[in-house]
Amino acid sequence: MIHYLSVSGLVQAAVLQNCRISDLVLEQQAQQLEQTPDQVYDAMAQSLAVMRQAVVDGIYPDLRSTSGLTGGAAFKMKCAVDDGKNICGRMFGSAMVKALAVSELNAAMGKIVAAPTAGSCGIIPAAVLTMQEEHHLSEDTAVRALFTASAIGMVIAQNASISGAEGGCQAECGSASAMAAAAVTEMAGGTPQQVSNACAIALKNILGLVCDPVAGLVEIPCIKRNAMGTANAFVAAELALAGIESAIPADEVIVAMKRIGDMLPVSLKETADGGLADTPTAKKLQEQVFGKRE
Amino acid sequence: MNVFDIIGPVMIGPSSSHTAGAVRIGRIAGALLGEDAVKAEIGLHGSFAKTYKGHGTDKALAAGIMGMEPSDSRIRESLSVAKKRGLEISFYLTHIDGAHPNTALITLTGADGKTVSLEGASIGGGNIRIHKVNGMEVEISGEATTFIILHNDTPGTIASVTQFLAGQNINIGSFRLSRRQKGGLAVMTLEVDSPVSGGINQELERLPNIISSTVLAPQ
Repeated sequence: MIHYLSVSGLVQAAVLQNCRISDLVLEQQAQQLEQTPDQVYDAMAQSLAVMRQAVVDGIYPDLRSTSGLTGGAAFKMKCAVDDGKNICGRMFGSAMVKALAVSELNAAMGKIVAAPTAGSCGIIPAAVLTMQEEHHLSEDTAVRALFTASAIGMVIAQNASISGAEGGCQAECGSASAMAAAAVTEMAGGTPQQVSNACAIALKNILGLVCDPVAGLVEIPCIKRNAMGTANAFVAAELALAGIESAIPADEVIVAMKRIGDMLPVSLKETADGGLADTPTAKKLQEQVFGKRE
Repeated sequence: MNVFDIIGPVMIGPSSSHTAGAVRIGRIAGALLGEDAVKAEIGLHGSFAKTYKGHGTDKALAAGIMGMEPSDSRIRESLSVAKKRGLEISFYLTHIDGAHPNTALITLTGADGKTVSLEGASIGGGNIRIHKVNGMEVEISGEATTFIILHNDTPGTIASVTQFLAGQNINIGSFRLSRRQKGGLAVMTLEVDSPVSGGINQELERLPNIISSTVLAPQ
């Protein structure tokens, strides 16, 4: 039986049984939820379908958030990719489009899958769906990758946090990016150890990122940080798949994240009192949405 | 914790606490009224009061009162849906001492004048706590199957409820009682371990001194 107390535990169990991390997670979750593996699998497949639809729904030129502050970025990005104007190639551009689309749809009160949160909901769909499309992988590979991502997310939630209010943005977009890196690495045929390295590298790169949303809304800078988290997931997966190891093991990175989160002042944990939220422009935008405050 | 707590829930954005959690609070208020509301007065406290417009908390609460789920695509248009259904909704900003920053105070009125009031908080990740029903203290998370039973404070009423549930082989996981005054209106909240059919709830409502019973499925 596997637990979600450490990434190393997951890796060891998968190596021992010579299988993917997702195989173990699917089997264990079916037992835990008292359902058949098919039922659990189908529920996850349904979530993937919602993610795919969110990408479609999020790419509109006149999509606007409830506050009116954001929207339309995914469409602009898509135009650039379609015109061959983006500088990092089609796959990278396509991943950016998806991350922006899902995040902007979230801000516009559209239907999304929290992964692990609403604020970071664009990263995993963008990474997994882009990987699937560009490398012509099966639906099964993509659905299973979400189980691996979830397992990493559960370890992070148990040992640190996946909430911006508790741990800053590193806990939301950082966790999502680490989960996405793990998923993409498994999709590419990486070993469980490489999955762990990808998770560690992704999370290390986002350590310390604060949660400083303008006007307290899940829009600025959250939407663009979803694009960043997606890019970072591919950075980490590329390195891990090339055999590059993380000097600091994933579990220690997670503990480091927890400690950093604890040390962050409250003003940088979703309260909209510090960081970008405290800039003159942010205050102007806040006034624009909510009117003047004392 | 399971995989669907991490990748999930499927929800309408933008915020699990300010949108999805708000829908859940509204749903419990609507379920407690037990009929279509014609009037809803909603007080917003703390962060709900400050940011409800940007997060669509108002739309989320309205949607929940009308029975929509956090993943219902109509949430965005819920205020106009309410208008069409003849549900008059008003919002006001309030301050509740010591309350969680994301707290809503909802008072609903039904067509025949029945009213119910509820104070609920969205405590993060879409999770909620209902702290008061009709001014009486409760503690409802909505995570387990929950009975909310309004009754007259008389000897034997609790025993008859628990005995009835025992007879149905329903195990009680938690129990809480609160009352306005000795011999007055009281509320029992019971979390139970197994799903409950509507029929069982109707039978429970026929027990002596029970004013109304509402059963909430886990959300």
